[in-house]
Amino acid sequence: MAVDTAGRLAPQKTAFYNDPVIRGFLYQGLVILLVVAAGYWLVTNAITNLRAQGKTFGFDFLGNTAGFDIAFKLIPYDRTSTYLDVFKVGLLNTLLVSVIGIIISTVLGFVLGIARLSRNWLVANIAAVYVEVTRNIPPLLQLFIWYFAVLKVMPPVKQSFNFGDMFFLNGRGFYGPVPIFDDKFVWTAVAFVVSIVAAVLLRRWAKLRLERTGQRFPVFLTALAIIVGLTTAVFLLSGTQVTFNLPALAGFNFRGGFAAPPELTALVVGLSIYHATFIGENVRAGIQAVSHGQTEAAQSLGLKDNDRLRLVIIPQAMRVIIPPTTSEYLSLAKNSSLGAAIAFPELVSIFSGTALNQAGRAIEIVGMTMAVYLTFSLLTSFLMNIYNARVALVER
Amino acid sequence: MTDTSYQYVRHTEAPKLPPPGRSTGIIHWLRSNLFSSVSNTILTIVTVIFLSWLLPLLYNFLIGRAVFTGTMDDCRVETFGACWVFITGRASFMFYGFYPMTEYWRPNTVFILGLLLVIPLLMPKAPFKLANLIAFFVVYPIIAVTLLIGGVFGLEHVPTEKWGGLMLTLVLSVVGVVGSFPIGILLALGRRSNMPIIKTICILTIELWRAVPLITVLFMASVMLPLFVPSGFTVDKVIRAMIGITIFYGAYMAETIRGGLQAMPRGQFEAASALGLNYWKSMIFIILPQALKYVIPGIVGTFISLVKDTSLVSIIGMFDLLNAINAAGSDAAWASPTKSFTGYAFAIGIFFVLCFSLSRYAKYMENRLNTGHKR
Repeated sequence: MAVDTAGRLAPQKTAFYNDPVIRGFLYQGLVILLVVAAGYWLVTNAITNLRAQGKTFGFDFLGNTAGFDIAFKLIPYDRTSTYLDVFKVGLLNTLLVSVIGIIISTVLGFVLGIARLSRNWLVANIAAVYVEVTRNIPPLLQLFIWYFAVLKVMPPVKQSFNFGDMFFLNGRGFYGPVPIFDDKFVWTAVAFVVSIVAAVLLRRWAKLRLERTGQRFPVFLTALAIIVGLTTAVFLLSGTQVTFNLPALAGFNFRGGFAAPPELTALVVGLSIYHATFIGENVRAGIQAVSHGQTEAAQSLGLKDNDRLRLVIIPQAMRVIIPPTTSEYLSLAKNSSLGAAIAFPELVSIFSGTALNQAGRAIEIVGMTMAVYLTFSLLTSFLMNIYNARVALVER
Repeated sequence: MTDTSYQYVRHTEAPKLPPPGRSTGIIHWLRSNLFSSVSNTILTIVTVIFLSWLLPLLYNFLIGRAVFTGTMDDCRVETFGACWVFITGRASFMFYGFYPMTEYWRPNTVFILGLLLVIPLLMPKAPFKLANLIAFFVVYPIIAVTLLIGGVFGLEHVPTEKWGGLMLTLVLSVVGVVGSFPIGILLALGRRSNMPIIKTICILTIELWRAVPLITVLFMASVMLPLFVPSGFTVDKVIRAMIGITIFYGAYMAETIRGGLQAMPRGQFEAASALGLNYWKSMIFIILPQALKYVIPGIVGTFISLVKDTSLVSIIGMFDLLNAINAAGSDAAWASPTKSFTGYAFAIGIFFVLCFSLSRYAKYMENRLNTGHKR
């Protein structure tokens, strides 16, 4: 046997097909070949099929007139608008549902998570039952319940539920007032922004002072006083008038104010309630993940209850809560596509549904829809990576 | 020395403190769990008021004022009670969809056979695991497909368009579970591979499927897939949905399994190499059995989402349980004021039983596997 100068055995000769490096190249070459072949097969099929149907591939159809109306839109849209406008309307509606849903489900989720940890036996158990029931029922079923069984059977317009002449609920939707501001309101807005900047500067100054002298400054109360005080003062001094555009019964329907169709209400309520249970579980897990030793350590350092929560417990709990909660937000945004089942005009419903049926551009339209969700997802993971890098435990 | 120099010595006995409150029994339990502070007491009272409104409502709807027997006419009254007659009357449609009535024994057999194979598979102590696994993952699908579709051995051919109701939901779930598992394992192994190209392809696949909602995948399967296969070659609609669900959940499964692979200590890989096992042998005999055990709760969690998400096929026009319940009530003969509530209550019951038992199982396995780490 050959022995080299260091006294090691020389590697035995193996067949070239047993060499891991060569094998790696072989396998990868094979995979590439397969992927390329499959891609080629799919593309040629698509080309043949499109040619047989007399269609071409391209995005020029986006400029064509869509010719159908959309029940709920945030931007001007009518029958003469183009498919690109359909895309925009759908995208905005998806974003609207996602943003409102995320806000409500976060609030509800934190309440649920804290309720499950409550020392009150009744509250903790009701929260547990609620979470178990809600998260084991398909979100689509929950949407159906809210839409068909609750909102659709609301009374007709004439017998609407009336909440203080401001909010109305009936089978056609949910109506509420919209504030109207006059020209002077801009000063109030400016004052609000200025006061927030001031509050941020105050916080920075207070922190520097704390580090230098060890003296504390009541930052929160002062900042609140500045923001509320300055904004209110400017609001009153400038003589701004705020009127409310109230919904009122006119003919067969309500006029004025904002109107949320039952589809929107059902989608927002259903998704918020469903995803709130998952966020609640994240919150509970996050709080429980902070070991009791941390509480004891904070107490032995002499931190007050407030400071203990703010400086020790919450930052550590947030590190556990935020990553899964972000992916929950993402899945809420993805689940907003369930609106297609109750005819809420969001992206999948009007663009992948109605527009696709009319224009027949399956590849382009489904591709664009998927690209939108892909962008959401990539954006979220990008932000998440930044956050994770910031809060990651720094170990020796 | 006088007494005055011992002023700090007490001359009289200190007053007796009141005895501590009971630390056992109902009173103590109530005091510590429901009325420990003012805010807690208020919370308890509010909750009790809420429950005293909710529970009678639920009882009256489900049992108290519900109509259990009779005809649909008994349901057309102005009380808020469930119309169980609607469920019993339309049960066959909700369970089997349009499946021919004379052939109901076929889905029934498949269902019972499935139960017989799954239950020992889920019990950690049941013997013959390998035989059981092979029976469930290889033999059972063949039997099930033969029985459900028929067309051979003198069985009447039942096209998949006739499948529906709970049967379709269960078939989609089982196919999704059985199919997504191996895909997930392969993608997870690929993502952990040393070969850059295979790794990149697996990452792209996983992230792409995870980024889009299942509905778009189902839309893609129903409108886009026909464009990508040679004309004249048609794939059944139900099978297209199955493919969509399986690949979609395969990507999710891959991420769950990757968690288990990453949790494996390096020593296990090295030990497998030291024994001279090649890649596949070390994966199959050493790594995967341990890695999969770590993530059983996660796997079951993914399965729960899968079961819930099979309801989405109703959007592409299939009559799964949810859509069957919706459709069952659309006939005027079955109209009643509470029929949609009743139908949904029934659907809630079925999905809850399915998913909750799965999640309890995940919890049970988690506790079982945790024993090693407890201090």
